[in-house]
Amino acid sequence: MTASSSRSTLGLWLLSGEWRAHRLQIAVAICAIALGVALGFAVHLINAAAFNEFSAAARSLSGQSDLQVRGVQSTFDESLYPLLAQRPEIELANPVLELDVAIPGNSGDRRNATLKILGLDIFRAAIISPDVIGIPDEDRLFDMLEDDAIFLSPAAMGWLKVKRGDTLQLRVGTQAIKLRVAGGLVRTRAGQRLGVMDIGAAQWRFQRLGQLSRIELKLVRGIDHDRFKTALARDLGERYLVTETADQEARVANMSRAYRVNLNMLALVALFTGAFLVFSTQALSIVRRRSQFALLRVIGWTRQQLLRQILLEGALLGSLGSLLGLGLGYLAAAGAIYVFGGDLGSGFFSGVKPRLHFDSLAASVFFLLGLAVTLLGSAAPAAEAAKAKPAVALKPGSEDTALSRLANPWPALTCLGLGALFAGLPPVFELPVFGYLAIALLLIGGIALMPRLSASIFSMLLSMMRRMSGTLPALALARLANAPNQAAIALGGIVSSFSLVVAMAIMVASFRVSVDDWLRHILPADLYVQTTAAGDARGLYPEEMKSIAAAPGVSRIDFFRSSQIMLDPARPAVALTARPIDLTDPASILPLTADVMEPSLLPEDAIPIWVSEAMVDLYGFKAGTRVDLPLGAPGPAPSSGRTPPAFIVAGVWRDYGRQFGAIQMRLSDYRALTGDQKVNDAALWLESGVKPEQVITWLKRLPFGEALEFSTPGEIRTLSLNIFDRSFAVTYLLEGVAIIIGLSGVAASFSAQTLARAREFGILRHIGMTRGQILGMLGMEGACLTALGIMFGSMIGWCISLILVFIVNPQSFHWTMQMSLPWRGLAAVALTLLALASLTALMSGRHAVSGKAVRAVREDW
Amino acid sequence: MPSPDRELISNSHLGRAGRKHAAGRKVFLPLSLSLAFITTACAASPDEPSRVLPKFSAVVPGVALSFPRDFGAHPTFRTEWWYVTGWLETPEKKPLGFQVTFFRAATGLDTSNPSRFAPNQLIIAHAALSDPAIGKLQHDQKSARDGFGLAYTKVGNTDVRLDDWTMLREENGRYQTSINSRDFSLHLSLTPTQPPMKQGENGFSRKGPQPEQASYYYSEPHLEVAGTIVRDGKSIAISGNAWLDHEWSTAYLDPDADGWDWVGVNLDDGSALMAFQIRGKDGCKIWAYAGLRDRSGKMTLFTPQEVNFEPQRTWRSPRTGATYPVAMRIRTGTTEWLLTPLQDDQELDSRESVGAVYWEGAVTVTRDGAPAGRGYFEMTGYVKPLKL
Repeated sequence: MTASSSRSTLGLWLLSGEWRAHRLQIAVAICAIALGVALGFAVHLINAAAFNEFSAAARSLSGQSDLQVRGVQSTFDESLYPLLAQRPEIELANPVLELDVAIPGNSGDRRNATLKILGLDIFRAAIISPDVIGIPDEDRLFDMLEDDAIFLSPAAMGWLKVKRGDTLQLRVGTQAIKLRVAGGLVRTRAGQRLGVMDIGAAQWRFQRLGQLSRIELKLVRGIDHDRFKTALARDLGERYLVTETADQEARVANMSRAYRVNLNMLALVALFTGAFLVFSTQALSIVRRRSQFALLRVIGWTRQQLLRQILLEGALLGSLGSLLGLGLGYLAAAGAIYVFGGDLGSGFFSGVKPRLHFDSLAASVFFLLGLAVTLLGSAAPAAEAAKAKPAVALKPGSEDTALSRLANPWPALTCLGLGALFAGLPPVFELPVFGYLAIALLLIGGIALMPRLSASIFSMLLSMMRRMSGTLPALALARLANAPNQAAIALGGIVSSFSLVVAMAIMVASFRVSVDDWLRHILPADLYVQTTAAGDARGLYPEEMKSIAAAPGVSRIDFFRSSQIMLDPARPAVALTARPIDLTDPASILPLTADVMEPSLLPEDAIPIWVSEAMVDLYGFKAGTRVDLPLGAPGPAPSSGRTPPAFIVAGVWRDYGRQFGAIQMRLSDYRALTGDQKVNDAALWLESGVKPEQVITWLKRLPFGEALEFSTPGEIRTLSLNIFDRSFAVTYLLEGVAIIIGLSGVAASFSAQTLARAREFGILRHIGMTRGQILGMLGMEGACLTALGIMFGSMIGWCISLILVFIVNPQSFHWTMQMSLPWRGLAAVALTLLALASLTALMSGRHAVSGKAVRAVREDW
Repeated sequence: MPSPDRELISNSHLGRAGRKHAAGRKVFLPLSLSLAFITTACAASPDEPSRVLPKFSAVVPGVALSFPRDFGAHPTFRTEWWYVTGWLETPEKKPLGFQVTFFRAATGLDTSNPSRFAPNQLIIAHAALSDPAIGKLQHDQKSARDGFGLAYTKVGNTDVRLDDWTMLREENGRYQTSINSRDFSLHLSLTPTQPPMKQGENGFSRKGPQPEQASYYYSEPHLEVAGTIVRDGKSIAISGNAWLDHEWSTAYLDPDADGWDWVGVNLDDGSALMAFQIRGKDGCKIWAYAGLRDRSGKMTLFTPQEVNFEPQRTWRSPRTGATYPVAMRIRTGTTEWLLTPLQDDQELDSRESVGAVYWEGAVTVTRDGAPAGRGYFEMTGYVKPLKL
């Protein structure tokens, strides 16, 4: 047998011996890595699958078109269609009317409220988007053109519980519509809910005469797409957008990117805490085997061999954890997609049924990430062990010096300084990259500073204690003050986990309180009346508005007209709401920020609009700036030559509802501009003593009463906060995970220490301490450490929450919030953690004092 | 006489074939859809009293055709077509056959739909070129709903458009037609040399034993053709002579009819012959007609009994499996006409896109054994329904 092979045998033997002796710690470390990797991988897989499916579905709707022309508002006049169709560069123009039509009875459920219906001209669409063509019954081919026929995708049929030949009930504004299900569609994506009708029928039945949503273009072969796109966009003017399918995908990507990145960041946080656990496990394991390693050095192992051995152990740990994590992540993703679809509570990807693909590139990345994190956790202890002088290391009691390098404050301070610097930097690609880096640096720096801080604090406490009576506290403090580096590991676990708990709790609480305040502010009326939940509501006609306003007991009524305008083809549409707004006091109905124009300074020649914070970030609509909005009467001709009306941003308001931007303007301005007299919603203020139920009963008796939906501010608030809580449920899970990881850090640290301190306990027993006293001392050590950890954790967590609240959130979602601290909840968590950590320390120590005192002392000599 | 009838018939087969294609992810068949309108009585839901369904005009005898009004469209009738076929000659004296056809089909759907997209009238067009050097037809077809000035047939004069496929009759009677298809472009002007030839009883043309089985029908034989063909990016000047049919009707075919054979011949002596027979399910003659107009304008009509089609030679299509009697002997009274195809494979098979299959080809014609002229021969209903 060669020397090297015998050495590797020895290495394996060492490893297996160590791992067998500390199965639990190894398992916990592996699990921590696995959890982080699994979370990250699962989130990535689910989002990638959902995103791909969503893009594919969006692509299948626009078929094989080269370009699409759409209006900035959701529809435009059909007279553009013949103009485009006759351009020599265009081979085929496919007019499309796309509507989200309300399903009666489903309005309570936002994601199931509407069915997407395409109105198509079969003779054009058959060439450009052959997938979304209806398949009629054999002897009823002309159902393709019938005005009462609709073709549904399999998913839509299943969801609406209808089949060929059934009647489908839909609603437009206040009017009910019955359609006959005439058949299926040629090919749609699994889970894609879609209806297709003749375009003439759709315009008529859904009261969209003369309107189109988009025109898809197939260009004559040989036409330069980019050049033609530019030329067409110039010819059509600012009221129209010329887009490619790529723009559409960019829009989908933009829509969900901040959300996807933030979920991935949460997964990385989990991985980070896992890495810390590896570090503590490895560090203590190395400390424990210090004399073993020294012996190996003595019998001829080189430093490099030793280093390699320890890193190999780390790599093995990391590989196992990462592999386990990949498997778990894939299973979790599959389960999540099976149960929830691709939508992780965000609402971005609702209605698609994605298929999960094992993404080998992502798998490699997450594997390497898990491995790198583990190696990082092993590197410092390994380097230290390799550097130790065998002669010194062989002596007992040198463990603490082994970790003394960690006490150097400069790297920690550098981290903290850099973190503070990064916190001030702007977003990169609209993502808070530096914000997240700052959080990581803060966490690393804070933890690295722990040993030094804890030593000085405990020394100070010790000197104070000396004046008081009590041996046990003095012993505990003396230990903590003089062996700060081992204590630091347990401390680090507590600090990192508690700081994450604090940061997330503060962030969520701040957000929730802000949303709650905001809801109170934007819902000042007593009763809200809606015609339909979303999309292409026809709304209420003036005579219907009069009937509603005539309800007895109503003291004031505000009508709202909401629609969407698309200002940038690569971004999701912006919500536009027109409503009565008091120029002198817009703050009475809008939750304005400080960025507001003085009402007296508003110019006469511009129409005031109030924009959400996202508009400032995404489109530069600061208060006081003059902007162009492509609003106006739906004129037939592009570039009609009229000068567009000027708008001025009169104020910026907070909007937690729409991260892609929202604009509010006065209803009178909107009507004058567009000629659109209809409204979607109404807010009713009731006379005192009148109950909302009375008014609802009265309104329901109107001829169109069945089509109205009513909600009180309380109901809306409850619903909104429920949605909020659901989407943040994952953070509560992470907080729990962080606490468990912190506790296992304490457990690992104390059980290793108590093993190493068996001699110390033996001596203490000899000089007359009882077992109970020793255990008390350990519990006290644990409590002291935890208390300090909680203190530092709170500080670091608070700093992180500042970054989350004031940097990460505004940069990701374009909204600001007020800070609020959930004192009571945090105190409860802190106390629980304190009790659990003391208990853990105690339990870990019980083993060390279970043997005979004499044997404990003898063993070592 | 026209071919859409044939399509009507074969459409019952088409429907089935089309269905199969649709299921197999083939483009659905807008044409067979429109043809479905022609053949099927519209099965509108009767439970909706608010529907306004159009009432189509009936074809009755004794109504005199009136020009120029009747050059234009007749939207109150269910179906209508302008059908041009003819022989062309390249500068190298090579013969080519061509066909340009525009159909109008009223859908019978609710006319109260105010949408400009309301599909009340459909426009369908076929174009084909028969070049023996290629060995089969080059063809293309298009369909669209009437509207937005992109597709229309106008009342009062022949003015038909389907995107960039057009046919327009000028003040002086000359037709201009332009077709831009996948494989070729045609830009032709067709100049009449004779007055319109009213078929049947002064333009009232019976198609079956029942008096309502009829159409209004006139032809313009001996049209002088000049223009250009563009193929493979090369434009060549061509000349030739052609035949135009214009026919409109509401109820057309006998329910037992399975297809028909039709021929229109420009005879070298300036006379013109049109003959057709409607075949029953077993291939027997349900109805037949022939009209011969001599140079001076004297019309000779033949009764159904006097007109007989006798297959001489058949050709089997490798694509559809249909067997066509590509060489046909036709007896009108005592005269015997023999039709010989420019090439055997002149089958127009568009099942991949729109579903119609028929044989429409250039033929040379002998009269009692002597060369007499050139014309176009059409055979429909030879594709048998698929038995699954």
